[in-house]
Amino acid sequence: MNRILEQALNEGQTVNQPGVGVPDALSLNQINKSFGSFNALNDINLNVKKGEFVCLLGPSGCGKTTLLRIIAGLESANAGQIVMLGRDVTLQPAAKRDYGIVFQSYALFPNLTVAENIAYGLKGRSQDKQTRVRDLLALIGLSGIETKFPGQLSGGQQQRVALARALATSPGLLLLDEPLSALDARVREHLRREIRALQQRLGITTIMVTHDQEEALTMADRIVVMNHGHIEQIGTPDDIYAMPQSRFVAEFVGRANWLAGEVQPHGTVRIGDTQLWVNKLPPLLEGRTVTLFIRPEAVVLHAHWQGGENTMLAHLGGVESLGGFCRVSLIVPAMNNLTLIADVSRTELATLNLQAGQRVPVSLPPHALRVFTDEAQVKA
Amino acid sequence: MTAALNPVTRTRTARLPQSGSDRLAGWLAWLSCVFLLVFLGLPLAAILGKALQDKSGAYVGLKNFGGLFDAHFAYLLTNSVTVSLATTAVVIPLAYGFAAALMRSEMPFKGVFRMLALIPLLAPSLLPGISLVYLFGNQGVLKSWMGDGSIYGPIGIVLGEIFYTFPHALMILLTALSLADARLYEAATSLGAGRVRQFLTVTLPSVRYGLISAAMLVFTLVITDFGVPKIVGGRYDILAVEIYKQVIGQQHFGLGSVYGLFLLLPAVLSWLVDRFVQRKQKALLTARAQPLVPRRHLPTDTIAVLFCALVCAWLILMLGMSVAAAFIKQWPYNLAPSLGHFDFDNMDGGGWLAYRNSLKLALGTALVGGLLVFVGAYWVEKIRTAPVARTVTGFLAVLPMAVPGMVLGLGYIFFFNAPGNPLNVLYGTMALLVLCTTVHYYSTAHLTAVTALKQLDGEFEHVAASLKVPFWTTLRRVTLPICLPAVLEIARYFFVSAMTTVSAVIFLYTPDTVLSSVAVLNMDDAGDTAAAAAMATVVVATSAVICLIFGGASWLALRRTQGWRKH
Repeated sequence: MNRILEQALNEGQTVNQPGVGVPDALSLNQINKSFGSFNALNDINLNVKKGEFVCLLGPSGCGKTTLLRIIAGLESANAGQIVMLGRDVTLQPAAKRDYGIVFQSYALFPNLTVAENIAYGLKGRSQDKQTRVRDLLALIGLSGIETKFPGQLSGGQQQRVALARALATSPGLLLLDEPLSALDARVREHLRREIRALQQRLGITTIMVTHDQEEALTMADRIVVMNHGHIEQIGTPDDIYAMPQSRFVAEFVGRANWLAGEVQPHGTVRIGDTQLWVNKLPPLLEGRTVTLFIRPEAVVLHAHWQGGENTMLAHLGGVESLGGFCRVSLIVPAMNNLTLIADVSRTELATLNLQAGQRVPVSLPPHALRVFTDEAQVKA
Repeated sequence: MTAALNPVTRTRTARLPQSGSDRLAGWLAWLSCVFLLVFLGLPLAAILGKALQDKSGAYVGLKNFGGLFDAHFAYLLTNSVTVSLATTAVVIPLAYGFAAALMRSEMPFKGVFRMLALIPLLAPSLLPGISLVYLFGNQGVLKSWMGDGSIYGPIGIVLGEIFYTFPHALMILLTALSLADARLYEAATSLGAGRVRQFLTVTLPSVRYGLISAAMLVFTLVITDFGVPKIVGGRYDILAVEIYKQVIGQQHFGLGSVYGLFLLLPAVLSWLVDRFVQRKQKALLTARAQPLVPRRHLPTDTIAVLFCALVCAWLILMLGMSVAAAFIKQWPYNLAPSLGHFDFDNMDGGGWLAYRNSLKLALGTALVGGLLVFVGAYWVEKIRTAPVARTVTGFLAVLPMAVPGMVLGLGYIFFFNAPGNPLNVLYGTMALLVLCTTVHYYSTAHLTAVTALKQLDGEFEHVAASLKVPFWTTLRRVTLPICLPAVLEIARYFFVSAMTTVSAVIFLYTPDTVLSSVAVLNMDDAGDTAAAAAMATVVVATSAVICLIFGGASWLALRRTQGWRKH
């Protein structure tokens, strides 16, 4: 497993002390879960501040849904502690924890009307219930559908009703289990914004499970990237995208170029016949093999050769149109014919005026290059 | 790093924290489990105990099992297997033809044919026997058709069993044939395969599990049935009747138990095969399969109609003969219509009391059985506490399918009649008959309930927990209303089964709790066949009326409570 060196360099600076006096909405301490001999979760530690929107992101089977179910009390951990707003709920059943949940399947009761569904968890006079239902429907922008049955609603509408039902009892925590993955792309994009806006308006602490990196990047205050039952990285969407701390995170979120090379005495990395300057290259690694990482959009193409730092000539492999931008593949002879991909906007592509098989000057800016190495080597 | 700040961690087994209502559900799940243990597990164990005792109740080890190796047993077994195989060999092609006509042709009157084919389910298995006596007996209408042969013997048994087992085989084959993927047929056609080749390469492989299941079921039903051979068996002795004779006639419980345990073998085997087959069949049909829509084809449709009409005519004849005999003064000497045979109170066999008792039993079983089964299935499927109780219940619930009614009845006498058993008070009561019948037909009802419950989103209970709503509210407001059609179907099934059953209750009734199906048997035994036919007719009529009532109730209930389904 690779881990970014920076963590070693910046040790001590990244620990974020939570505000004194205000208890976290949720804190998970050393949660472990195994199904037989399979370790679903390993030492999960996570603190969620009040009003925060946190996404659990990872491929299927990474343990993110299990973690959500453990928070909800629908699954039990083998070890660890769950604290909600300063109250230890580890041994409390689901009904004693204060949360609302929305499942991927919505789980709306098909034989109850929208109003009955939303009021399902409400207690008290029926008048108060009615008022509350009306307010909630107004909140989700679906006023007037009280008497309809779930089967009469579209997927997106059902989704929002399920959200209203989860919010009806004003829980302290909202849990969303892949809430958008059963919807088609256009509705999904619309609901992303809706849910995020609603969450911010209500200021409700929210934890959402998703495998869709775009969803996580657009909605979350912080993203928790998980893999094989571990937390790989916790950070803001910008951090996760621009400064992935492991090769897994870099690959799971967005596309990346990977360049294997050797660290040289004077602070550069040699790949084939090319020396690349890299910012923040730790000196302790001279002679070691490392992997350089750069996002496709950080690769710069030039219309004319101007020379300069980290610039070389590449053969144009192909251009693939991806809607708003184009993905260009480039073969670099000076780097053992390694293939680079670069994302270029259409206007930029037009000014470059590329021809098939043409040679193109390419720069890999030092500030955009990040160095990954084996974790074991960092410690050594 | 944060871990160091929070050293408070505990290692423990992953037991889910429980709320009060979770714990209550767990206790109730245990109650369901204990019910099945006491009313199914212990009686079966009692048979084993009895098998090790002689007539006086002294322990004799495996001596009774010696009965499985003498010449008489070999004779009984040969006879039983012969009629069972013969029936299977006739019923399976017949039922397959009928099912194929219903599912794969565009013939008219499908609904009528389908309904008529299920007629035998409304009658006790004694009825076909009685009809056969009237049709082919010594004074039978069609006696000449028999030539020198006699209906009393293997021919009569096989004919009667065909009638009795036909709808059971048909239902399995209908299900098997409904699992057709039109894309496979389209592919076969586009590759130039003819109808015969399509049948051999597409149809047969897809229904082979259904055929195996149906064949095993028919074989088991016949080898464990004693209604038909009791009436028309004559001197052709078979195993199931022998148990009855050993236990009721000679009070030889030890040998009866050994024979009973032996009858468990085919039943358990067919149950195991069926479970294996079900798993295979599930995998056959993928979610993306296209339903097969049969096309009009005049020759095929004509043959299908003729075939179905023929089968239905025979079924109606078998039923109609008993009904007709019930209304005729004295067959064949005085053919004037008469209601004299319905004057049960002036005859041996239990009179109208038997009928009233049967109604009580049927109603009681529909209510008690319906409740116990649905609630039991609910624990198995929907709660998360009491995992041991749920696993045991799930296993015990499907076990009765592998226990012939006679064996269950034997177990009940041995267990509930045992001195010193505190449950002895139940012995000889209607309550015990209700519980016995519930257990006897538990499996099919349980599977119906489980199928209905499985169609509900598994997250309903989780949503309810997150909204702090206890399980009984969700059960009342959501689960039960959605499953109402299945619940009504279970109640109907229990009612009709209780109305027609003979095998288990034959060992358990007392003069006060005599049942109409038992009365049929006793009146026939006493030589009063016409009265037996009359009583059987009353049973069929009651079953039919109840089916209509339940049909109407389901329709009304669907209209009133299932409005949400239409959208």
